[in-house]
Parts: sequence; C-alpha cells; structure tokens
Amino acid sequence: MRSHEDYILEVSDLSVKAQDQTILDNVSFKVKRGTTLAIVGPNGAGKTMLFRALLKLVPYTGEIKWAHGVKIGYVPQKLSATDIPISVREFLSFRRSSGIEKSLRAVGLDPKIVSDKALGVLSGGQLQRVLIAWAVIDEPNVLLFDEPTTGVDLDSEEAVYEMLNALEHEHGITVLLISHDVHVIRDYSEHMLALNKKVLCFAESDEITKPSVLHAIYGPGTSLKKRKERR
Amino acid sequence: MTDVLLLSLTIGAFVGLSSGYLGSLMVLKRMALVGDALSHVALPGLALGILFNFYPFIGAFAFLFGCALVVWHVERITSLSVEAIVGAMFTLALAVGILIIPQPDLLEALFGDITKVSLTDTVVAVVVGIFAVLVTRAVYKKLVLGMISEELAISSGINVHRTNLIYLLLVSLVVAIGIKIVGSLLVGFLVIVPAATAKNVSSSLFRYAVLSSIFGIISSCSGVLLADSFALPSGPLVVLSGIVIFVATVVIRWVSAGVRR
Repeated sequence: MRSHEDYILEVSDLSVKAQDQTILDNVSFKVKRGTTLAIVGPNGAGKTMLFRALLKLVPYTGEIKWAHGVKIGYVPQKLSATDIPISVREFLSFRRSSGIEKSLRAVGLDPKIVSDKALGVLSGGQLQRVLIAWAVIDEPNVLLFDEPTTGVDLDSEEAVYEMLNALEHEHGITVLLISHDVHVIRDYSEHMLALNKKVLCFAESDEITKPSVLHAIYGPGTSLKKRKERR
Repeated sequence: MTDVLLLSLTIGAFVGLSSGYLGSLMVLKRMALVGDALSHVALPGLALGILFNFYPFIGAFAFLFGCALVVWHVERITSLSVEAIVGAMFTLALAVGILIIPQPDLLEALFGDITKVSLTDTVVAVVVGIFAVLVTRAVYKKLVLGMISEELAISSGINVHRTNLIYLLLVSLVVAIGIKIVGSLLVGFLVIVPAATAKNVSSSLFRYAVLSSIFGIISSCSGVLLADSFALPSGPLVVLSGIVIFVATVVIRWVSAGVRR
C-alpha cells in the first residue's frame, strides 16, 4: 500500500468558478513524486485554470494538498511582451541573482552566448529554455509547464521534452505539463489527466493511444497520426 | 547665468530625470498615449490653485492622482480599455480646465513658463523628483516582470495591482512637477519621447532606463536654455530638443540595421 509521502500533490473535489461559469467541477487526482503528469483536454477544458488553482492564483473550493517542503517552478504558455529591451541575464536575475549560469547550462544553453542577448531576439526554442531556466533557477522540486512548446518547431520541441525528461530523472523533479500533443503525452509522461471541466480519464499515459480514450477526450473521428506526418 | 535660469535648469534636470525614468516603464506598458492624455487632466487642478490661491502643484497632483485612481479601479472592474477611460476623462478635464482657468494664466498652464519659477518650485521638483526615482527603482523589476507575464509575476509573489497603483501615483507626481517647465499640454512628451528614444538604442533594461533618464535631462535642460535665449515658451522647445535626439537615434538604428544586412 502506498503511503501519503509518496504523493507530492493530492487534489480532492477541486472546483473553480468564474463569472458564474463552472470552469472546473469536482476534480480529484494524485501525483507521485518524481513522475510526470500530462494534463490533456480540448480548448476551454480548464487546464490552465487548474494550474492557476494549483498556484493559488484563483479562488477555489475543495482541497489542494502539496507535500511538505514543496517548491514550485512555473513556466507560462507564453510571454505577454517580448519587445522589452531586457537581456536574458537581467530577466533571470529578477528571480535570483545567483546561479544564472548554472541554470542556463541545466537547460542546454551556453551562458556565454545567450546571457547578454535580449529576450526578444531569441528563437522560440531558446526562449522556452530560458523560461525553463527561470523555473529551475530556484531549485524547485515541482515544475508546472503550460504547453511548453507552443510556437516551437518540432526539432526544438523534442529537445525541450528530452531536457524535461533529464531534469525529472537527474534531479527527481516532479513535472506537471499541459499538452495537446498525444505523442508528447505518450512519450514523455507516466500518467495523464484528461479534463473537460470534469476528469474524463486519469490513467497511465499509454492509454492515450486507445481510440476509445481519444474519442472521449477529443470527440469522435479523432485518430493518432504518425509523428512524421505532422512535419 | 541668472538665478531664475539656474532654478529653471535645476527643475528641468529633475523633471527630465524622473519623467524619463518613469516614462521608460510607460512606453514598455504600451501606455504612451495614455500617459500623454493623463497629463492634461492636471489643468482643472492648476486652475483651482490659481483661482483659490493655493499652490497649483497640489491641485494638479490631486486631479492627476484622482484620475489615475479612477482609471486603475475601472480597469479592474470592467473590461473597458485604459485608452477609452482616459480618453473620456481627459477631454472632459481639458474642457473644464480651459473654461475655469483665468485667461492670462492659460498659456503658461498649457505650454510652461520658466520666467516665473520660484525657489519653492525648485525645492518641490528636486524632492519629488528624487522621491519618484527612488520608489520607482524599488518597484521597477516588479513592474517589468508584470509586463513580461502577469502570471509569472503573481506566481512569484508580486501584487501586480498594488504595484501598478504605486506606479500611477508616481506618474501623477512627476507630471505635476513637469507642468512648470513644459505645461500641461506638452508634459506627456517627457514621459514618452525620451523613453522611446532610449528604446531605439538599447538591448538591456539597465541601459534603457539610464538612457531614458539622460535623454529626459538633455531634452528639458536644452529646451530651458533655448527658451531663455530666445524668450519663447519653454514647453515647445523642450519638445523640439527631444525630437531631434529621437530622430538621431532612429537614423542610428536604421544605419546599424543596414550595416548588419
């Protein structure tokens, strides 16, 4: 029998309402330490709102129980403004003044090359890595990623997920990520939580490839294409 | 150099410094036009000061901060854009201000006048300018992070709404002291153009903030010197000086982009 200490997050009967609309309805799930949970669902399913609730940014009912000593790093879906004349070093120093070079190396970036570059001139993949560096600079034990590869080409996307996998395995970091990509869910996460306001399915990630599960999440007529077909 | 010119230059330096520094955030927030429109709201406050014989800076600041508070609150509770709220309030304030301000004082209020600066004006400009710069420096990173990503800022423990309110208070203070030199019609220039100029030639936040402040000082001090030399209103000359620097940076950027190609 698994003890409570094995779970880094336990969510029970979580509900969120905004402007009289139900965004999340009695959502319950648990996340094991050192694993990756993929959160999947159609647009408007409440995935980002779930993260906002987990970060205690919005009012909610129900219970969100993080394990003792949890330190969360958060990577948003996108930045509101990238035309701000701010260098990578300055941006990361907002979070923490020390450990900037170490965090950049941890995400596969060369500090000598990118530190003094403006955020606005980075490629989509580089910017995403800088955001991950922002999240890991404070040495968190949980990372929340809201569609971490939006706007990133396929090669960079795979590199980002490989890096996430490495962070999970080498540092024992628990990862919660929102993704629309069935391949990402299958290849880079252990468990998946399918949402559409309510929990549709909470299972091992391999289940995502089953037609019945795909239909339940995305509706009838959905099929899994091979990765190379998406290029 | 006369005492009045020395006082005007001192005011110009501190107004330029503080409005350039605060303006660097206004431009990043994409609120340049809002900042310009907001500055006109000072006019009825100035008029009341002149009519009822109290220090006009207080009236100007009260109206500016009152308007800023309304904008901050309405933006939070409605989906109206800041531009729409400020646009409505500024035209109303300008109309009321022009109707109630005594005619002989209208030009000075609209375009600034350096021939009537006093030691009190100078002390107020220096104290308010230093205060505004120091407080802005303390919240600068929080404001920038809020602009980059509000979620990132909130998840880092920053109270974005409170920080925005502090910033609007500081903008109101700086615009109120700037009116003496450039007038209420043109003071918006000082929070927009030095920052836009600095943005043309900056790739780091530190350089951007420092250059914005320096361009603010150069614009206002050179405008004051020109106004003194040619016995003209200082406001338009501050604007012209600043525009010359702005055009120079556009050319520099254009040429360096051509060289890179």
